[in-house]
Amino acid sequence: MRSVRSRLLQLAILVAIIAIAPLLVPSNYYLRVMTLIYVFGLAAVGLNLLMGFAGQVSLGHAGFVGIGAYSVALGSVHWGLPGLYSVVLGAFVSAAIAALVGRPILRLKGHYLAVATLGFGFLIALLITNEAGLTGGPDGISVPRPVVFGWRLRTVEQWYWISGVALVVGVFIAQNLVASSTGRALRAIHDSEVAAQAIGVDVAKQKLKVFVVSAVYASLAGSLLAFCNGHITPDSTAGFLRSVELVTMVVLGGLGSVLGSVLGAAVLVLLPQVLTVFHDYEHLMLGLLMVLCIVMLPIGVVPSLAKKFARSGA
Amino acid sequence: MGIGMAADLLQYASSGVTIGAVYALVALGFTLIYNSTHVANFAQGDFAMLGAMTTVFVVTGGLPTFPAAILGTGVAAVAGLALYRLAIDPARSSPVLGLIVLTIGASIFAKGVAQLVFDKRFHSLPSWFDAGPIKLLGATIQTQSLVVLAGTIVVVGALAAFTTKTLLGKGILAVSQNPLAATLMGMNVRSIVTLAFVVSAAIGGLAGIMAAPITLTSYDAGTILSLKGFAAAMLGGMGNPVGAVVGGIVLGIVEAFGGGLISSAYKDAFAFLVILIVLAVRPQGFFGSIARERV
Repeated sequence: MRSVRSRLLQLAILVAIIAIAPLLVPSNYYLRVMTLIYVFGLAAVGLNLLMGFAGQVSLGHAGFVGIGAYSVALGSVHWGLPGLYSVVLGAFVSAAIAALVGRPILRLKGHYLAVATLGFGFLIALLITNEAGLTGGPDGISVPRPVVFGWRLRTVEQWYWISGVALVVGVFIAQNLVASSTGRALRAIHDSEVAAQAIGVDVAKQKLKVFVVSAVYASLAGSLLAFCNGHITPDSTAGFLRSVELVTMVVLGGLGSVLGSVLGAAVLVLLPQVLTVFHDYEHLMLGLLMVLCIVMLPIGVVPSLAKKFARSGA
Repeated sequence: MGIGMAADLLQYASSGVTIGAVYALVALGFTLIYNSTHVANFAQGDFAMLGAMTTVFVVTGGLPTFPAAILGTGVAAVAGLALYRLAIDPARSSPVLGLIVLTIGASIFAKGVAQLVFDKRFHSLPSWFDAGPIKLLGATIQTQSLVVLAGTIVVVGALAAFTTKTLLGKGILAVSQNPLAATLMGMNVRSIVTLAFVVSAAIGGLAGIMAAPITLTSYDAGTILSLKGFAAAMLGGMGNPVGAVVGGIVLGIVEAFGGGLISSAYKDAFAFLVILIVLAVRPQGFFGSIARERV
């Protein structure tokens, strides 16, 4: 029962942070930054299911963020779909594409999987960039704020709460998935695919399942991002650097640590905000931070700290 | 088929092989590092960028092309040395995913340095020789393309000779096959891996410098080269030097023909589409062998 308690504790910490943060921050600007942390945290939690638990890398996950973001944009601009329907549509499209490409791609291992997912993400970004008639091309497209029950959601606070709730629900589902038989199967696959197969785990099916789930997380995060920002571009949603950032969030926070992913997202969202002061040094510092983190905390921030505490506490 | 069509095809083939040779060299450096450390180095393209940018700025400063190219190659080699000694070696215990993030971080860092030391504009390097372009059956072949091809052949040949004929080169092969056994045989694995990084970076730098008169270079030119080099190495079969060269050339040709015949906007898409198809049919690439997992 210890694991249930620690899961509830993690969730409680997250809820407390989301509830208290608006009381502490001095302006809407900070609220917006917090919103972005929750949005990317959601995508990172989903990606961590794939990377941290099943041990499968994806260097193209921003492709699904792009699909989610552009389906709400295209849904409302071109097809007159209500906002919420577009979100669901994006999630379905992402799930369908993940199921379709996942089947051949997930047979690949290690670096081959990395290059295949990278290629996939690249194709999505290229498609969004080049189909300018539909997507607005590299300059991007504006996303009208959705109307839900006759109520137009436009304020920073509204999106803060929506993203916060989405993150809590996402974390809750991820925690339960990890603790379920699927989670055990995924961990078995992570340790050894052959051994997992030998004890009766349908490796291909389980990997595909978690790939689809993580794609839906990314897609929902993309839809939220589009609504929060009101304007999206191919680079800000589906670009290769976005995929890299998502992977970095997961690895930085700690593979297999759900809350770590949220922390990783916080670092990677906050850093550019802090670094805008040193605009010319942004790349330099981001790169340096990524290198230093891996060198000094090779298994990620949260697991490294947990280990340290466990050792000093014992 | 008309003359014009034949000329077009020849043109695509020549530009495809040229850019493919550049990918091949980047992929070759990738393979060398992968073999010695099992690290996929996403900063490989940035070695090419550093070499090219250094050469461009030194040439602008008044130095002739050849000494400048040697200097550029040297800068790339030093970057390779620094990457291994300061980042990858201290992070040996990281999981594979951590190392991927590490080299991508190094790539972003290199970009940041280049943007500060040089600038954010696009640059071109004058062609190495003054001779005009060669007309062949209606197609135009730049002399620099020949430089790239000749350079690639020399580098591939030299590397092959180095790894099969010299003790040090054989050391790289030994380390790549079994680091523990190599240590037991009295080899200093760390210095041999360092050498592999320096050689890879120098090859990458040289590729960037040779390509700079044809393709423009800028502080962020490394990313796409890394991706293409990585893809080429995978296409050929990871860890196989012959595969890296073939993968690079195939990638270049697919891109040139896809871009020329179908759509130039989707030039980059054809390369990745082909990779997805090849990996779906043959998951180990052209020349790779399937590794069996033991339980």
